[in-house]
Amino acid sequence: MSSDGPAQTDLGFTDPNPTLGPKYGRVKGVAIPIVSVFLAFAVGGILIYFQGVNPLTAYRVLFESALGDSDGYLRVMQKSTPLIFTGLAVVVGLRVGLFNIGAQGQLTVAAIGAAWAGYNFDLPAIIHLPFALGFGMLCGAAWASIAGVLRAYRNVSEVITTIMLNSIAIALVDYLASRPFKEPDQPLSRTPLVSDSAVFATFGSIPSGFVIALIVSLFFGWFLIRTTEGFRFNTVGLNPNAARYAGISVKRTVVLAMAVSGALAGMGGAVETMGVVGRFEPGFNAGLGFDGITIALLARANPIATIPAAILVGILRTGANSLQFETGIEPEVVDVILALTLLFVAAPIVSRYIFRINAKRKSKSGAKS
Amino acid sequence: MRARWAWTLTVIILVGILFSYTQDELRTTSVLSFSLRVAIPLIIAAMVGLVCERSGVINIGIEGQLLMSAFAGFFGAALTGSLILGTLFGIGTGLIMGAVFATGAVAWKMDQIISGTIINIIATGLTSFFYAQGKTLPASTPVVAIPYLKDLPLVGPVLFNNGLFTYAAIIIVIFLQIMLFLTIWGMRTRAVGENPSSADTSGINVQRTRFINVTLAGGLAGVAGAYLSIEAAGTFERGFTAGRGFTALAIMIFGAWNPVGAFAAALFFGLTQGVASQLQADEVIDIPPQFINMLPFVLTIVLLAVVAGRVRPPAAVGKPYEKD
Repeated sequence: MSSDGPAQTDLGFTDPNPTLGPKYGRVKGVAIPIVSVFLAFAVGGILIYFQGVNPLTAYRVLFESALGDSDGYLRVMQKSTPLIFTGLAVVVGLRVGLFNIGAQGQLTVAAIGAAWAGYNFDLPAIIHLPFALGFGMLCGAAWASIAGVLRAYRNVSEVITTIMLNSIAIALVDYLASRPFKEPDQPLSRTPLVSDSAVFATFGSIPSGFVIALIVSLFFGWFLIRTTEGFRFNTVGLNPNAARYAGISVKRTVVLAMAVSGALAGMGGAVETMGVVGRFEPGFNAGLGFDGITIALLARANPIATIPAAILVGILRTGANSLQFETGIEPEVVDVILALTLLFVAAPIVSRYIFRINAKRKSKSGAKS
Repeated sequence: MRARWAWTLTVIILVGILFSYTQDELRTTSVLSFSLRVAIPLIIAAMVGLVCERSGVINIGIEGQLLMSAFAGFFGAALTGSLILGTLFGIGTGLIMGAVFATGAVAWKMDQIISGTIINIIATGLTSFFYAQGKTLPASTPVVAIPYLKDLPLVGPVLFNNGLFTYAAIIIVIFLQIMLFLTIWGMRTRAVGENPSSADTSGINVQRTRFINVTLAGGLAGVAGAYLSIEAAGTFERGFTAGRGFTALAIMIFGAWNPVGAFAAALFFGLTQGVASQLQADEVIDIPPQFINMLPFVLTIVLLAVVAGRVRPPAAVGKPYEKD
């Protein structure tokens, strides 16, 4: 179709089977992720069984430690916050047909940027909070823009560049945290604590970062569907040639979308640094970016659906540690469950084999072939 | 045009190596051996990407295929007590991962990038979950010196005094170069990657060709994975392929989708790291170690930015084949 660059990413958020009608498509959009999650838990249960543990016991431990008391709820919310952001970052990219695998790097760079802006300045909270958050987002956006510009102007695959930028980010922040930004007189490689004026408070048992994450998701739910810019994003994602004929600058949209995506991932890193960890420590946020991919695909590139998807992943991640403590199962079983979920959601396994019966019935009862 | 500056660069590097050899024989040899060791897994992994993309399939899941087969190779060898069996486990796992990827990306016509990403995430999950500490290999891999050739100055100790995987990599590259451009298989593969509709019209089964090639390429990933854990490292750690699967794709592009070109690109890549490490070790330059670690990744991005537009990927790459 298009002669420039790799084919566009098929997100599966458009109904591949329109003859079944829009309502059926919507039902499928909700049902496939849910069925996939259950299937993944079932297969994960088999793995747990072969490790000599009753899967039901293991899953009870997993969920009870995450949802058993108010402390668990707090940790789930803290854990889900950056995941909502990285999920959104991947969603925004997917909408424009970009596969941002670099949310991890953008988040890491932003986390240390926000930490620096947080400890290095002494400002009133009303200025300091947005400044540190904004600086973190800027770092994330700049980091992603490298990939965005190379994609738009040199047609270099953003998949490879963002992966490379992840590895560069890890080495870069490791250097920054161990040399220039290091907390003085102290053996560990980490930055000093951010000033009190740059801390996102927890009100009662609700972390303010979580509330911000919810608001940002809702904003993007509106932005992508109701605004001109959002329309440009979607058009470029669905058909760049059509977008070009319609007078949309594809290059500009690609760079902008990548920067927005990076800023979102950056927001996740900044909010976690300023609200949960209080400083930057290398390695504390490993894996958040990759969970973002799972979340975005589980949410079928829908910004609002990233909220439940991220909370689910947050629950699993929160419960994983108790799982090892109480049953001796490696916490990595959660990685396997998430990978299987992703497989079932993205592969047509569920839609093909579970919904096939449904589809046949539909087509028999009158809907045209 | 591109070929000219590639040749110029090659000549400059060769002259540099010869000059350095006249100055310090031992050090030059050790840097070159180090560079070759860096390059070998990248070369084989680049061949995986090359066979897939020549058939019209982007394989972003090489990383996961490497990881799984490195895992299977190491633990296979540790459990059975046989390096040969371990290697076979690694290759077998690579073939299975290749078939799994082909099922998604070819048979089910899923988005190829998403299929590859799923392979990567599944590989990370499974290898982390089943990882066990404290396993060791039964023996270290033998170094096979080739008689007569090993006594040549410079190239002797660097090229002809290696483990078997190194020779295998060189043979694979030459074999693929011949297969791709001089056999019917190669012609069909390139046809399927460039213009699947015409290939289909002339009686080539596009889907089957792609499926078989992607699966066999997985077997190559198995060789690379087994090399990493059995010969190069002698161990396995979580996530220890460290992005080589992605770097390999960049090397494939830098080599213009040509086996020998990719081989040269991988050697160049290895050489930059070899030289950087040597300079660091000799304290000629004082760069924080983190920046040395960054080097391969920065170089990958720079190389991609430089060659983009100068090389052309197979025309149908990335698009699942739909009959008109």
